[in-house]
Amino acid sequence: MKLNGAQILVNSLKSEGIDHIFGYPGGAVLHIYDALNVCDEIKHILVRHEQGAVHAADGYARVSGKCGVALVTSGPGLTNAVTGIATAYMDSIPMVVISGQVSSAVIGNDAFQEVDAVGITRSCVKHNFLVTDINDLANVVKKAFHIATTGRPGPVLIDITKDTTIIEREFAGYPESINMRSYQPEIKVEADQITKAVALITQAKKPIIYSGGGSVIGNADKILRLFTRHTGFPITQTLMGLGAYPASDKQALGMLGMHGTYEANMAMHDSDCIIAVGARFDDRITGNLDKFCPYAKIIHIDIDPSSVGKTVGVDVPIIGQVNDALSALMQALKGKELADISQWWAQIETWRSVDSMAYKTKAGVIKPQSVIEALYEVTKGEAIVTSDVGQHQMWAAQYYPFDKPRRWINSGGLGTMGFGLPAAMGAKLAAPEMDVACVTGEGSIQMMLQELSTMLQYNTPVKIINLNNGYLGMVRQWQEFFYDKRYSMSYMDALPDFVKLAESYGHIGIKVEKEADLKPALIEAFKQKDKTVFLDILTDPSENVFPMIPSGAGHHEMLLAGRDEMASTNDEGLNLV
Amino acid sequence: MRHIISLQLENESGALSRVAGLFSARGFNIESLTVAPTNDETLSRMTIVSIGDDDIIEQIVKQLDKLIDVVRVTNLTATEHIERELVLVKIDVNPSSQAEIDKHIDEYGGKIVDVSEDTYTVEVAGKSQRVNDFLVSIDASKILEVSRTGVTGVCQKREY
Repeated sequence: MKLNGAQILVNSLKSEGIDHIFGYPGGAVLHIYDALNVCDEIKHILVRHEQGAVHAADGYARVSGKCGVALVTSGPGLTNAVTGIATAYMDSIPMVVISGQVSSAVIGNDAFQEVDAVGITRSCVKHNFLVTDINDLANVVKKAFHIATTGRPGPVLIDITKDTTIIEREFAGYPESINMRSYQPEIKVEADQITKAVALITQAKKPIIYSGGGSVIGNADKILRLFTRHTGFPITQTLMGLGAYPASDKQALGMLGMHGTYEANMAMHDSDCIIAVGARFDDRITGNLDKFCPYAKIIHIDIDPSSVGKTVGVDVPIIGQVNDALSALMQALKGKELADISQWWAQIETWRSVDSMAYKTKAGVIKPQSVIEALYEVTKGEAIVTSDVGQHQMWAAQYYPFDKPRRWINSGGLGTMGFGLPAAMGAKLAAPEMDVACVTGEGSIQMMLQELSTMLQYNTPVKIINLNNGYLGMVRQWQEFFYDKRYSMSYMDALPDFVKLAESYGHIGIKVEKEADLKPALIEAFKQKDKTVFLDILTDPSENVFPMIPSGAGHHEMLLAGRDEMASTNDEGLNLV
Repeated sequence: MRHIISLQLENESGALSRVAGLFSARGFNIESLTVAPTNDETLSRMTIVSIGDDDIIEQIVKQLDKLIDVVRVTNLTATEHIERELVLVKIDVNPSSQAEIDKHIDEYGGKIVDVSEDTYTVEVAGKSQRVNDFLVSIDASKILEVSRTGVTGVCQKREY
């Protein structure tokens, strides 16, 4: 059968089982859109900005576990997509982004809407391809999905010149399998390392499991639960790992790191054996590396060898899928006695009794924490929650205990403001039967507002929880603590009337100014199953995120709400963001 | 410490920039980098000299290995290996300095590959240190131009 390149591409996507594409047309992809137009199997979501397309594909991938797909045109289409691609890269999200490119004949001539897409995206993709020969196209698509979804997942860009989409060739069919000598993602867990790890685990008197995004991405929640229950060890989870282990379980110590719980951070600091599971010891977790876990032997399970030993020295590296590694550990632990850790738990309970998540209420103002607590109550903890970036993100992570994986969707690595709304749209398309809430702030939401229009067009009802404190809250908090309250550019004047704004986009807008109105408004919003509801909630502008490890400090140097209202740092700390 | 890292990578456009980009993006240092196709025309051999402590070199090797186009990474410094570098040097020569320069060329096994009225172009090959020593042996004011290839190397064992 003779097909043009665009038709071959669309056929290939169908063969991959792709059912949703998020995109925006333009000159270089007109042939691709022409081919998509007659394809019933793939639903195309026309976004309002390419960054939104990539975030939506990202949200779709995080919730469904499938590969997200975005389609953009050359030049500005691609450059607009870059923030989304980098976001997905930092959080290891499987994604294929297809971009149009100018025709081969004019490449390199500064043609209209030409950018070096492969060059621009090189450092924020797992891999990228420039396709200039139609004979390579189907193979490249196969490779792209293979690379994006295996090993440590990540975004792959396919840049296709326009002439490639126009030329016709005999199409023999989409390749069923692909073998790449330079890419062998399946890594078998080494038995030796398991033996060494078991020796540490059985002797540990102050053990802790530190689980990250790899437990979610690697679909390892079941085995993680079994392993944690079997050992009886405490478990703490990173921002990216929330939900892999149920937060409401008594062995769960909550999140660790900069805004983690007191018990999680103190337990990390005092531990003699840390079992890191699909986590990468990033700076938001470790705080000051010189003060990080001074007494612990570290076992590190990760699919990516370059994550091991990158920032923190590791005693027993276990390279492989989290599922495989934990299964092997479980097997090896069978019949083995573990050390008595009852004293360790007693110590942890004293830390827990500090109640580091307590916050003071104030008459007449809505505390942002209470909004998240009310959201949890109204949704019975069963919603998918996406978030933007800033204080509201931390409060959502702290006060909405996730019991299941793929329910908490946020930009942890890159910290991309604007992520939440399009991600919520993608999440709703991936799980139409679920309630989806987007926790955001008046700063973040204005970075991707235009997607409200897409959400009407494709009927993706989401509840937007706008914690409106009139400030870029996290910036304001740091300026209060570390810049002597010099609030430079962190105040947002001239905010829109979000209720009218939501209404003008065809959605429902509700303004909440009083504590008493909060829960009724949330209940009303979630009653509107088929409507997107924008809840503009005026919250305490002076509230800060606690607990906090100030930059440059160690896990045992946390600041607690109501006890340490003012944080300070040193020059070293100020160098960290 | 100085390390020689040898890579086999797919001979595809963009592969070189992926490696070079990795070094600049992650702040790794490159002393020299050479690349050319091998006897298997689908593969290129790249040899990189970098200076760093063991942790950094381990990260470099892991990050290189992670690149999709890279088939194999070997830290040659960690094994028995041969390293060679070639330099072409254009030297100002006059009757009064010629004997001295000839002596150094002989001493380092160099070859005069081109002669003009008042210049030599000399080729010297060997370990980088030998090339350095040769260049130091020549009066700096007489050196008109230096072009070094950077280091290439192989592991001595039949299979590695």
